[in-house]
Amino acid sequence: MLTISLTHYVVLSAILFSIGLFGVLSKKNAISVLICIELMLNAVNINLIAFSKYITPNEFIGQIFAIFVITVAAAEVGVGLAIIIAIYRNKLSVNLDEFDWLKW
Amino acid sequence: MSFPVLPVILLAPLAAALVLVFVPKDEHKLIKSVAAIGTFVSMALSFYVYFGYDQTLGGLQYVIRHDWIQDLGVTFFLAVDGISLPMLLLTNLIGFSAIFASWNIGTRPREFFILLLVLITGVMGTFIAHDLFIFLLFYEVVVIPIYIMVVIWGSSKRVTKEYAAMKLTIYLLIGSGFLLVGVIALFTKSISILGAPDMSFSALAIAGSQLSAFDQKWLFALLLFGFGSLISMWPFHSWSPDGYAGAPTAVSMIHAGVLKKIGGYGLIKVAVVTLPVGAHFWAPWMAVLGIAGVAYAAFGALAQKDLKYVVGYSSVSHMGYVMIAVACLDVIGLNGAVANMFAHGVMAALFFSMIGFIYEKTHTRWIPDMGGLAHQTPKLAVGFMMAAMASLGLPGLISFMPEFTIFVSAFDNYGGLAVIGIAGIIITALYVLRAGANTLFGPPRTEYDHLEDIKGVELVPLVVLGTVLVVGGLLPSLLFDMINSGVVPLHAEISNVLQLGGNL
Amino acid sequence: MLVEFALHHAWLVPLLPALAFLIIVFLARPWPKLSAFISVGGMATACFFATLAAYGVFTNHQYTEHPLVYAARWLTLGLPGMPELQINVGVQLDPTSAMMLFMVSFIATFIQLYSVGYMKGDPGFSVFFSYLSLFAASMLLLVISSNLLQMFIAWELVGLCSYLLIGFYSHKISAREAAKKAFVTCRVADFGLLLGILGLVITFGTLDLVELSERVANFREYTTFGTMTLLAILVFIGPIAKSGQFPLHVWLPDAMEGPTPVSALIHAATMVVAGVYLVGRMLFLFHEVPVAMDLVAITGAFTALFAATIAITQREIKRILAYSTVSQLGYMMLALGVGSLTAGMFHMWTHAFFKALMFLGAGSVLHALHHKADVWEMGGLVKKMPITSWTFVIGGLAIAGIPPFAGFWSKDEILVVTLNGGHYILYAMAAFTAFLTAFYMWRLIFLAFYGEEKPENHPHESPWTMCVPLIVLAAGAMTVGLLGTPWNNIWAEWIFFGEAHHSGEIAWGAMISSAVIAVAGIYLAYTLYLKDKEKVKVKALAERYKSLYNLSFNKYYIDEMYLWFNHTMVDGSAKLFYLFDIYVVDGIVNGLGGFGKLSGEGLRVLQTGRLQNYALVFFLGVLAIAVLMVFAGPSTASLVLGGVM
Repeated sequence: MLTISLTHYVVLSAILFSIGLFGVLSKKNAISVLICIELMLNAVNINLIAFSKYITPNEFIGQIFAIFVITVAAAEVGVGLAIIIAIYRNKLSVNLDEFDWLKW
Repeated sequence: MSFPVLPVILLAPLAAALVLVFVPKDEHKLIKSVAAIGTFVSMALSFYVYFGYDQTLGGLQYVIRHDWIQDLGVTFFLAVDGISLPMLLLTNLIGFSAIFASWNIGTRPREFFILLLVLITGVMGTFIAHDLFIFLLFYEVVVIPIYIMVVIWGSSKRVTKEYAAMKLTIYLLIGSGFLLVGVIALFTKSISILGAPDMSFSALAIAGSQLSAFDQKWLFALLLFGFGSLISMWPFHSWSPDGYAGAPTAVSMIHAGVLKKIGGYGLIKVAVVTLPVGAHFWAPWMAVLGIAGVAYAAFGALAQKDLKYVVGYSSVSHMGYVMIAVACLDVIGLNGAVANMFAHGVMAALFFSMIGFIYEKTHTRWIPDMGGLAHQTPKLAVGFMMAAMASLGLPGLISFMPEFTIFVSAFDNYGGLAVIGIAGIIITALYVLRAGANTLFGPPRTEYDHLEDIKGVELVPLVVLGTVLVVGGLLPSLLFDMINSGVVPLHAEISNVLQLGGNL
Repeated sequence: MLVEFALHHAWLVPLLPALAFLIIVFLARPWPKLSAFISVGGMATACFFATLAAYGVFTNHQYTEHPLVYAARWLTLGLPGMPELQINVGVQLDPTSAMMLFMVSFIATFIQLYSVGYMKGDPGFSVFFSYLSLFAASMLLLVISSNLLQMFIAWELVGLCSYLLIGFYSHKISAREAAKKAFVTCRVADFGLLLGILGLVITFGTLDLVELSERVANFREYTTFGTMTLLAILVFIGPIAKSGQFPLHVWLPDAMEGPTPVSALIHAATMVVAGVYLVGRMLFLFHEVPVAMDLVAITGAFTALFAATIAITQREIKRILAYSTVSQLGYMMLALGVGSLTAGMFHMWTHAFFKALMFLGAGSVLHALHHKADVWEMGGLVKKMPITSWTFVIGGLAIAGIPPFAGFWSKDEILVVTLNGGHYILYAMAAFTAFLTAFYMWRLIFLAFYGEEKPENHPHESPWTMCVPLIVLAAGAMTVGLLGTPWNNIWAEWIFFGEAHHSGEIAWGAMISSAVIAVAGIYLAYTLYLKDKEKVKVKALAERYKSLYNLSFNKYYIDEMYLWFNHTMVDGSAKLFYLFDIYVVDGIVNGLGGFGKLSGEGLRVLQTGRLQNYALVFFLGVLAIAVLMVFAGPSTASLVLGGVM
């Protein structure tokens, strides 16, 4: 019987994080980037809970932290979507390549 | 000693600036009057301090000292001695005159006078602070208003005013950057010697003179670069002509008149006293740079056709004499250095104020476009010629004795080399007289027939600075006795250290 | 009583004109008549005191040995126990300075009186008088100075007044340029003088004349002979320009651009002799150095001859007089150079009278002819302007050296001392100069005052304010020389250097020959310019020696050489320095700025503004740190990352 060990969780989390990172770095659509960021956050959440479960089973530090992350992520998505909508109204596009106003 | 006279001197212009913030911006007369009153209070009080200072006692007087940042050993330390007093008086004389020299400013006078008053406060602060931290603080305060004033109220000629402002500011900031490095290194080294952090000049002087010869040499080099670029030591002088040409009259007056002298003052009061061995090591180089500056800038001035450039180069040339004098490191030389800074300040300020009026009236500073102005504006011509004669060191005006003392000392210490510097007086005579003759004399031009001579309050710079020019020339002991009382103990310290470590 | 007062308050003499200057400048300027009154009044009062002081000195022989000195501290540098420099200002009265004091104030008074008439109606009338007062004050200060630096200060101040007065008609470009030239030329020489003074103060530690003379007498305790030679020569450079000696004489003829009273006062009688006076005052220094003495003598003799050869071809009346002044100043220098203060000062004394007289006469002529200056266009003025003409003739007799007029005695004295000193070549030069002097001066007189009247001229005699000074000075030109006749040489008893010399025997040979030379010169001028009505001989001579004539007429092209030097060398190097400044020095500064700007340009390419690029870099950074920690171990990683970890 294959027991699910910490390693599995960590590997899953790493894969999820990498997918998210790839999306963040390569996607042109701002919404997709936002979704990918959520993926990365969830990868982190998996890590937090897994470590908590296996290393300090009697305390719920990781779980609580994960809930915080979810809350903050929700707020962040709210703000991020608002910004994207605002930009879309201005530019009629959500293509990140066109958003280079930070440049000098 | 109950009345805190130095803080009042320092704060009077600042208070005037604060009042100006609340004055409606269209009340031009009121704005100027408030500025004039603020500087007048300072000037009157600094005269009081000058003549109240006990020369037989010497040392620091009118001391105000409060703890400020104890971890860094910074104290709010105001005092005057025989070297800083003439400089304080000079600042106030020029500050007061500068207000009247910019009487006809039309655009945004309120902002102009606020900045001018802040500038004057900053310059005064550097001269009466006896704590290195406060000194640097005031020094940095000074640079910023100048930038703004040049950019807004300056004039573009050979170079644009933006370029001039930028060059002036960045040059001085780079200089003060090096200075800061030197000061911080000196400070950190001084903590271990003194056992406790102390930023006051006197404490640093004690600590600095105990440093090893090597430390003294490289620290002095840093300070020399910092102060040297401020006093427009050759070859770090090129900000000066451009900067003065771009700046409005009042800024040129204050910059050439006193701000530049912070370099010489700092060199004497900070660098030389604190690091005598370093000073001794670099003295021949300072002398060479000074002499090169005198001759080089005199020739540079000869080639100019813009009046302000003439005076700009001339001030570089005169500051060369100060460098030579400091390099002599003896009583007579240091006397001459301080006195020459005072004399040049008065003379340059008068020069710039007169040129300012000429520019205001004729709308040109280009010498070939002028001529015969003495017939249309005789009083202006008198002021111009007085400044010109002082510039070429005419006896009977204030700059002769300082130059003479410098020559005595330089000739004594550097012999033949000094002759090149002294020969600068010939070239000076040539360019000053040429500028004067081509501007003021010759056939009057009809296009200037409508010009009005300076009158009313416009005469204030001429009267104030002209009086100092003549009185200081006829009674040089008024100036020299004061300076001497400051220089003698200072020189005693230096020579003490040099003799103890004579083999360094 | 009054004499004692004047003796001990001699500083009043320069102070009074100085006060007059201040009053005119600040109060009386709008009222020309009042200004003139204050100026002349101040000057006359000063003259009165000066006369009393001079009387006091010349009735008490003790002052010849021990000058009356009183001084006040002006400036001290340093404290006791250290190298200290104290500078005093004060009064030194001895026969030499008392004589000068009287001479300057006397002549200045009459020239100011003359100016009242001459400058009438000039818009700058008050200003002119204020300048004259300032000049008188400075010159008198120079004369009574007890300190070399004080003397230098006054020396420069008279230079300033000279500058202001030469450029008085500043609307004329020629006046403006002449003023500048005068100042700069003197400045060049003052540089030498200043170096000399610096050397003296460093070597001997004092500038008080009396003390200095004592220390110089024992100079071997302080310095070497070589240094002394150098110092003496440096000091002599100042007088070269001030007293118009070759090669720095060029400013003096140009100085005639000033109003004529100025030429008379400053550029003939007083200021230009300041150089001679300085050399006389410093004779104790030169005396120690024979080389310097020879230099003074040779410069003097050469200048005398050189200027005389120029004067014979000049056409403008004031220029002839100017070159004549240069020539006579050379005479004085020659006298000092051969060691005779007596002769030098005596010629200075007589010259002041007759040269001032001639300049004022020339001014009177110019006034009458509305500033037509060419002597060839004058003629027969004697009929319309008898006072001017006759006084001028007296001046001409005096300068030519016809006995018993003033110039004869002083010139004779110089020739005798030169001959007695064994300087035969210098004697020959001086004697030939005397011949030329008589010739060119009488050429002027015959051309301007005699011969045929020119119908286009309408001369008239000048007003009394101008004539009175002429008559007074003419009386002086006739008589002042009698003080120093070989039979009864009062002059030599008072004014001498070292030992008073009573030669006893009269040098008849020199005396007769100099009179003969003078007569010969006048006779030659008579044959060429008066007897020969059509001036054929003159024209033929000029034609025959055309190159020589041109050389003389163009003043040996020395002005042109200086001009060339000034414009090519000085201005050229100025231009070079300036170009160097804006291209090299500023180039480096701007280059540094440009370097900063360029690096910014380069680095800003990295700043794409795209979030994803930043995120990538961020990720790579994290990766790098992770790799470092995994593969290099924590200790190395913390070393590399420093305090970050």
